[in-house]
Amino acid sequence: MSRDKALHYSLKFLAGLSVSSLLFIIFYLVSESSIILQEVSPTHFLFDNNWHPTEGEFLILPIVLGSVFIAFGAMVLSIPLGILSAILCQFYAPVWFSKPYERIIEILSGIPSVVFGFWGVIIIVPLLAQIEAPGTSMLAGILVLTFIIMPPIVLIANNAFINIDKIQLQNAMALGMSRFSIIRYIIFPNAKRGLLTGMILQSGRAIGETLAVLMVCGNVVQFTGNIFDPIRTLTSNIALEMAYAMDLHRSALFLSGLILMIVVLVLILLSEKLETSTKSS
Amino acid sequence: MTIFRTTLIITAVCFLVACNNQQSTFSNSGASASSLAGKLIVTGSSTIAPLAAELAKQFESMHSNVKIDVQTGGSSRGISDVRQQISDIGMVSRQLKAAETDLSSHLLAKDGVSIIVHKNNPISELSEQQIKQIYLGEITNWKKLGGHDVKITVINKAEGRSTLEVFLKHFQLKNTAIKPTIIIGDNEQAIKLVANNTSAIAYVSIGTAEYDIALNVPIRTLPLNGIEASTKTVLSNQFPLSRELNLITKGELSTLSKAFIEYTRNSTISSTIEEFGFVPVVTR
Repeated sequence: MSRDKALHYSLKFLAGLSVSSLLFIIFYLVSESSIILQEVSPTHFLFDNNWHPTEGEFLILPIVLGSVFIAFGAMVLSIPLGILSAILCQFYAPVWFSKPYERIIEILSGIPSVVFGFWGVIIIVPLLAQIEAPGTSMLAGILVLTFIIMPPIVLIANNAFINIDKIQLQNAMALGMSRFSIIRYIIFPNAKRGLLTGMILQSGRAIGETLAVLMVCGNVVQFTGNIFDPIRTLTSNIALEMAYAMDLHRSALFLSGLILMIVVLVLILLSEKLETSTKSS
Repeated sequence: MTIFRTTLIITAVCFLVACNNQQSTFSNSGASASSLAGKLIVTGSSTIAPLAAELAKQFESMHSNVKIDVQTGGSSRGISDVRQQISDIGMVSRQLKAAETDLSSHLLAKDGVSIIVHKNNPISELSEQQIKQIYLGEITNWKKLGGHDVKITVINKAEGRSTLEVFLKHFQLKNTAIKPTIIIGDNEQAIKLVANNTSAIAYVSIGTAEYDIALNVPIRTLPLNGIEASTKTVLSNQFPLSRELNLITKGELSTLSKAFIEYTRNSTISSTIEEFGFVPVVTR
């Protein structure tokens, strides 16, 4: 009894600690970025010529778009790839193939993103440079990010497929449904919720990825839709300039952090909402 | 369940031990009191500030009763603060001018910036005018400069970097006018990109470039106005793209200021200075 109580309170304490650290971070981000919000009108963030904080130009909009484009591009590439390879592993491939394949994917998902970034600089960037110089570009960022988030997506999809209702599956098999129909009508509807939440959480990771993206994207602040143009993301913006930033410049970087935090929070809330709505239906 | 509980307890214990440990190291360092005590205020150049803060941290860990407060605000603030005795030591990232002889300067390190290209780039030298035109986007192909027919990849530094500041000041450029293809943060990134791109041009701290060239990284420094870019020419004041990093004081030094400045003159800190990409002035 007393041990249960002790466990109860220590759990409460640890849970409180993690929640309060989140609140503390948000509070800190808001208070640090309030300096620039008070001194610089928001139109600067949208309509200035460029991002030169030391010369009073604070155009942050293309940086936000950069983050969104790169994360979106990487999701578009990695979701189908991830889900298809999970299907291959679970339902089509023989065991001698799928077991080692899963191991490889697990190892891949454990590789630190800096390694992918470095690999991007020496392999992907020179390859892209042959198509259009200099290679450091939005596309390079998307490709590197795809390699970073695809392995966890495969693992998530695998899990979602494993955790479906076994009885339905057996019934479907007993009815002699084809493998494709089973996947289409039994597996997917069952695994939808797990897949969706997993994907959204991964998109949060895609937006938050920093070093690998910084190394291959070129980091020029500009509005562009051309995937061969360099682009800067919110995370790289902070990582590039924080070490030497002062005053308003520093505060502008905290604002980048705050925007990033808001985007990620929205994504998480969205995934919660999806989870509850699919549950009730 | 038991496994879960054990893990939980172990985590909690680890956490507590970690907290405790930190406390005990604090009290340990408190016990080894030295004769020095008091507070130093150091203000000025944001180029020197990170280095000064690191040195201050090292100094504080040796003298537990000393607190050193490093604040940025530019070289001119460093000078005016020392003059008005708001701060004890100023940080100034240039030589003192003739009108500033009321202050004494203590050379901390030198900061040299070199233009680098890939080892296989056939260009052996660029004039200041050509470098300026490349960065302004007026020359966009190496062919125009006598090289191969490829587009120039112009690598610029992120806002706030000291190498950017030295570069802009020397070539009298505004960062808003520069047309970069790639913007990066630190010297190592610039070197990595140039090493993997035969048509790239960048500028980095000379110390870092020399270090990497010694490790056979395929890059080359370009001479400027016929003067080779090396820590030697930076130290002998020949290389044009360089500046002094000074600590300045006014009048008689307090024991504490003196001790700190002596610490920064010690050859043991050379490696710290090199870590920040600067050139140490005291030979080991």
